[in-house]
Amino acid sequence: MSLRIVVTVKYVPDATGDRHFADDLTVDRDDVDGLLSELDEYAVEQALQISENSDDDVEITVLTVGPEDAKDALRKALSMGADKAIHVEDDDLHGTDAIGTSLVLAKAIEKAGYDLVISGMASTDGTMGVVPALLAERLGVPQVTLLSEVSVEDGVVKGRRDGDTASEQLEASLPAVVSVTDQSGEARYPSFKGIMAAKKKPVESWDLSDLDIDEDEVGLEGAYTTVDAATERPARTAGTIVKDEGEGGKQLAEFLASQKFI
Amino acid sequence: MAEVLVYVDHVDGAVRKPTLELLTLARRIGDPVAVALGNGAADTAATLAEHGAVKVLTHDASEYAEYLVAPKVDALQAAHEAVSPAAVLVPSSAEGKEIAARLALRIGSGIITDAVDLEAGDEGPVATQSVFAASYTTKSRVTKGTPVITVKPNSAAVEAAPAAGAVEALSVTFSEKATGTRITGRTPRESTGRPELTEAAIVVSGGRGVNGAENFSIIEALADELGAAVGASRAAVDAGWYPHTNQVGQTGKSVSPQLYIASGISGAIQHRAGMQTSKTIVAINKDPEAPIFELVDYGVVGDLFDVVPQLTEEIKTRKG
Repeated sequence: MSLRIVVTVKYVPDATGDRHFADDLTVDRDDVDGLLSELDEYAVEQALQISENSDDDVEITVLTVGPEDAKDALRKALSMGADKAIHVEDDDLHGTDAIGTSLVLAKAIEKAGYDLVISGMASTDGTMGVVPALLAERLGVPQVTLLSEVSVEDGVVKGRRDGDTASEQLEASLPAVVSVTDQSGEARYPSFKGIMAAKKKPVESWDLSDLDIDEDEVGLEGAYTTVDAATERPARTAGTIVKDEGEGGKQLAEFLASQKFI
Repeated sequence: MAEVLVYVDHVDGAVRKPTLELLTLARRIGDPVAVALGNGAADTAATLAEHGAVKVLTHDASEYAEYLVAPKVDALQAAHEAVSPAAVLVPSSAEGKEIAARLALRIGSGIITDAVDLEAGDEGPVATQSVFAASYTTKSRVTKGTPVITVKPNSAAVEAAPAAGAVEALSVTFSEKATGTRITGRTPRESTGRPELTEAAIVVSGGRGVNGAENFSIIEALADELGAAVGASRAAVDAGWYPHTNQVGQTGKSVSPQLYIASGISGAIQHRAGMQTSKTIVAINKDPEAPIFELVDYGVVGDLFDVVPQLTEEIKTRKG
């Protein structure tokens, strides 16, 4: 038996950097350093753990859609231990929204061949968290998302989804789309050996024509949504800061009373 | 007037507050038609009518409890076909966003998630979003199909606006996709008796400075005195001091209460992303250089183990 896992990853602007919008109101990716979205590291980690716990022959492919620099995200995932990578890159992709991104990913996943897709719970830039559900819908396979725990055995994926009102045990037959949360387990650091090995691992590059996608289905033109305005949130006006000299709690209570909270 | 579909988040017929907020927003765009599914669906009607629902479409089937997300997408799609609404509004919970996204794809529409405000516009509803850890505010529109928009809790006031709220049975035929993911077990969360974190008017949070699970009792004591929800920073959750369901920040809950009290939280971007839009922010921290102080309306530089209990006592005294 073999198990083909495709892990979708995103190259995002560093969340600790000064992120802003470009003139066309897309995310500015030039001025801030990019990296593999932290939440996708958990997806790579779970793929590796499924592989390590499996008797099957497991092949892990990491897939990204993004500009040239997005290769950095693939390299990171490869150095963690993934087997190979696919980079979908095309100038016409600039400005693609979630619906369009899910189209490109779904076509690439089908072309690559898969039994299991693993995604992070959301990207750290767009933070919508809808791409895994969209992939399940497009691929026509079960959606087993937001798992804090995941395992695969005998062609069945099981996991625990911790929701607001209940914690649920889920189960679905492969092929399926899974997403994992940051509670699924700390992601490993690439070892030196892993980093060296990653340099020799294959990275395929595909463009829209490889995926039979028309340019008007993606990009700003193909988007189903538009951003009309983006304004920087005004800095909060400086508040009152006091040093606790023994009455700090009482002073705070006075402030809360003045604001009618108590 | 055009109709607007509102997806109802309820637990066995008890409507959760964010749905009532959605009805307030929906009325700015058209006549709200609510869609309530699963056990207790019909019991939601009175509350929904009181808050402006002209119609309540209901459907109950075991599939909603036995399979994840997809049955609800089938039902909402059926409601969309029946009503041809001007927009579909869904609460921005994890599940709500997944339902909304799959619906949007099926009906050839765009989707906007996590709106914090919504108004009618010449070219369809305009959604306000707070992005990049709340450092930017954007105005967005869906440009293709029926706008599908998910809205965060605390984005609008709950308003009484009595309407007919006529209950109609929704006819749903489940697709093959509906039964793909089985829910084989469900453990309800134990109620703490405190308000829901994302819905609370006041949130009291503890971070690394709380320094241990047992010390969270002083955070809880303050929260209970204020009738507040309890939050925790990622550092406190990762250390195992407080449950992940209470985490405020980028990978936890995003909150926007009237008052946010941060105790022993430095204010890393991870945390700020989840609380920066709070109306009034108060912080207690030993480190005068902590970035959280850049956000506060009132800050106390001091030991939270002195300040928080004194604050709790003082509130108690003032309440008499």
